[in-house]
Amino acid sequence: MKITGKAHRFNPNDDINTDYIISGRYKFKIDDMAELAKHAMEDISPQFASSVRVGDFIVAGTNFGCGSSREQAPRALKAAGVSVVLAKSFARIFYRSSFNIGLPLIECDTDWIKDGENLVIDLDGGTVTSADSGSSVKVVPIPSTMQILLNDGGLIPHIKKHGGFLLE
Amino acid sequence: MGQTIAEKVLTAHSGKDCHAGDLTVASVDFCMSQDGTSTMMIRELENLGFVAPKTSKGMTVVIDHNSPCPSVDVAKIHSKIREFAKTNSIPVLDVGEGVCHQVVPESGKVLPGDLVVGADSHTCTYGALNACSTGLGSADVAAAAFTGKLWFKVPQSIAITVEGGFGNGVSAKDLVLSVIGSVRADGATYRSIEFKGEAIDALDMDGRMTVANMAVEMGAKFCPFGFDKKTKEWFASIGQSVPGGVASDVSASFEKALYFDASELVPKVAKPHGVDNVCNVSELSGVEIQQVFLGTCTNGRLGDLRAAAELLKGRHVKKGLRFIVAPASRLIYLKAMDAGIVSELLKSGALFVTPGCGPCVGTHAGIPSDGENVLSTANRNFKGRMGNNKGVSIYLASPLTAAATALNGTITDPREVI
Repeated sequence: MKITGKAHRFNPNDDINTDYIISGRYKFKIDDMAELAKHAMEDISPQFASSVRVGDFIVAGTNFGCGSSREQAPRALKAAGVSVVLAKSFARIFYRSSFNIGLPLIECDTDWIKDGENLVIDLDGGTVTSADSGSSVKVVPIPSTMQILLNDGGLIPHIKKHGGFLLE
Repeated sequence: MGQTIAEKVLTAHSGKDCHAGDLTVASVDFCMSQDGTSTMMIRELENLGFVAPKTSKGMTVVIDHNSPCPSVDVAKIHSKIREFAKTNSIPVLDVGEGVCHQVVPESGKVLPGDLVVGADSHTCTYGALNACSTGLGSADVAAAAFTGKLWFKVPQSIAITVEGGFGNGVSAKDLVLSVIGSVRADGATYRSIEFKGEAIDALDMDGRMTVANMAVEMGAKFCPFGFDKKTKEWFASIGQSVPGGVASDVSASFEKALYFDASELVPKVAKPHGVDNVCNVSELSGVEIQQVFLGTCTNGRLGDLRAAAELLKGRHVKKGLRFIVAPASRLIYLKAMDAGIVSELLKSGALFVTPGCGPCVGTHAGIPSDGENVLSTANRNFKGRMGNNKGVSIYLASPLTAAATALNGTITDPREVI
């Protein structure tokens, strides 16, 4: 399967925490993810919510999603239209939560990707390629457990389908 | 092959021998959520047809992050949580009881060797009680409550040995900030950290909770401390008789071993806007501070309040500086009152807010103004964390450094004023 989208990069590049993804001053009072999405990434990129288009990618450095366990973080990104987050590494809670709610994460070298670059992710071939420059890198394969959750539409649909965990 | 605490606890909860890297489905003893994460969990539970938690000791919901309620929007969320809890007979620790990571341990629901999950990243705090405890998103906690189980990847463990004794003016917070500054924000991702050594043995339960609380700031999954006389005594103090706990085997395999010397530690501060951006307090001497916050699941316990009160006894905080105190629980508030700590702090110029999260997460009870500097005993200093992203800088430090800074109105090494 191939997914195409445009890259959104941020400053800082590393350690983008869940407070930056969706601030506590919104997430504690807004329970509607579409509303919350209007404030996604606001503290480090006020223009992100208005510029992101359905299918776009977030691209970051190391430890993306560190900090708070707020599941509103992956949910707000998904509601904003983000289809995949690519990063050099992810924080643990964000990693699980994203797959749980059906937002795929891709681990790969991201240093070469520019803000606004058009990318093609080939999930079967395991590559990310720039449609602009032709540059390409291999991605870390999505672990089979996470792939199972994605295929089932997330953790809760997985449990409804199997009556428990069927992860291997 | 020997096992670490994480491997032993996951083995005991999954009925198969677990070693780092294995995938396992383990039974969960207890789970919790708080008012910022509960509505998503409730939606998932309703979707699953939830009747009652299958975790062996049930679940608790704590209303602490916006407590008491600051707005009509939040009131709707609180009301939904209370209704769900009432319908399903789930205990609620409601506004005023305290911050989740103090009131859950006080409730006696977490015992040595337990496997606990919570919809709050600082659930790793219960590691201080010799438990394996971790924060997760709302869907994972809903899954644990609904099935009584959850899947885990058995983590690698890191051993951190701390020898030597703490010097005057140096505390558990300075230790954990030093460790985070060294390991960095992603240095223990997906790992279980086991602290040991004479300095760790010397820490009381308040100090151990401070250290375990901040393990997630290095990315850690668990932070189980060993079981000793102090653990046993702490459980006795909450009316629980606990015979023993879980220890790692001498032959257990650790991914790496780190060493710190407590006697070489000095007061530390995490500078804006990263928890691993750590330096000595003395390097920031003179930085003006407009608000000091003493409290949170990291440093709102009795020993923390006492340390600040002793430093400030007979003195007054800098005129114009706001010194906000949030005791971690109602019980701690009462104990601090009985010990005269509350009156000392009030006389020194402190103001008290409701036991709970206080202004830590930017929802209420002390949102800083544009351009202000805040020194806080909390665990996060991200840009905008306290509710205002316009030029606000948050410095993290110990209760003693907080008190010394409140006294002078500038960042102050507590050893200068003790």
